[in-house]
Amino acid sequence: MVIGFTLNGRKVTVQAEADDSLYTVLRALHVSSVKCGCETTNCGLCTVYMNGRAVLSCSVPAPRCEGCEIVTLEGLQEEAKLLGGCLADEGAEQCGFCAPGLMMNVFALAKEKPDAAPEEIDAYLAGNLCRCSGYMSQRRAILRYLEMKRDALAADGQEVRER
Amino acid sequence: MAAFREYVFAQSLEEAYRLNRQKSAVIVGGNMWLRMCGMRRRTAIDLTRLGLDKIEEEEDAFRVGAMVTLRALETDARLNAAFGGAFAAALSPIVGTQFRNGATVGGSVYSRFGFSDVSALLLSLDARVMLHGRGEVALEDYQFEAWDRDVLTHVVIPKGRRAGISSVRLSATDFPVLVAAAARSASGLRLVVGARPARAMIVCDGMDPARVTPQEMERLAQSIPLGSNLRASQAYRRKIAPVLLMRAAAACMEG
Repeated sequence: MVIGFTLNGRKVTVQAEADDSLYTVLRALHVSSVKCGCETTNCGLCTVYMNGRAVLSCSVPAPRCEGCEIVTLEGLQEEAKLLGGCLADEGAEQCGFCAPGLMMNVFALAKEKPDAAPEEIDAYLAGNLCRCSGYMSQRRAILRYLEMKRDALAADGQEVRER
Repeated sequence: MAAFREYVFAQSLEEAYRLNRQKSAVIVGGNMWLRMCGMRRRTAIDLTRLGLDKIEEEEDAFRVGAMVTLRALETDARLNAAFGGAFAAALSPIVGTQFRNGATVGGSVYSRFGFSDVSALLLSLDARVMLHGRGEVALEDYQFEAWDRDVLTHVVIPKGRRAGISSVRLSATDFPVLVAAAARSASGLRLVVGARPARAMIVCDGMDPARVTPQEMERLAQSIPLGSNLRASQAYRRKIAPVLLMRAAAACMEG
């Protein structure tokens, strides 16, 4: 079957099987940030946005994507740079395999709960597994990232008021 | 992986029902579990275009569409206000936010998973399921029926109860080792135990709140059919059951 959707702002049309997942389709399109780490709908590595909502692409039936807006980390490079910097500063990255999925869910968190406390961060990101680290450095990096986002927002507000 | 030959977006409930009469068909909910169970079917039936993704508040109940996600249920302000925050408490420990953005209420309730936190809570709240073709059935009965070929369209949750839930997990995001749910109404307390490790069941109904004591829960726990699996032994479940029942009951009486 032929499926058409928007991928990172660009219209794409793909040939897919009835039982393909969005994950399979994205890999075939060489979207390499999206990875499968568990095979049990669990690890969060394959997280993408489907119409603005963070989902596990491994479980989304490809036909369901018809007409949808799909966004992957490839489409969020500016944000990835900012958060990636925070993660690097804390030495949070070891193998880095889980980072794209984590980043996608951190952006979702930042949008939904910009003032998230550490325990809210833990709860929100519980479905993003990392097998190298103990999550503490990621948590520090995410707190720093959220703070930077709030500062940037406050600075924008200041500018608007001065104008 | 599950294998399908064709993927059909049902245009009406009648069409979904007709297609699902075939043994070679299966309804796709959130596809969280289905994708892993290795089944081979000719036709996958999709209900996403039938408007079953809404939580509707009626005078005496909430009507939850089968395709409402667990995350929508968890974060719905009306549901949490009506039932003392029990939906947020019951659903937030399940895997992760992205998973709950995909998993559906209909998928959970239809499948009657032995590990389901969702079914335990809904059972305590005396929920009913709406089946296209068969009409309304009490979850209490549906919970123990064989998997049928009806189309589950809604779960109806009557108002007027406060609920509480408590579970034990070996690690965060895992299946529960045991889950207890309690709901209080004018006619007393209903207590439910799930992840026994089998389908959630009502263990006590219409209990006088004054009888909620550790001794009473200890006595009650002795009669619950419990079993062993790789998460815990029957003896361990028997040991923690009274504690979880106490916690769930306390939570619903606070709420």
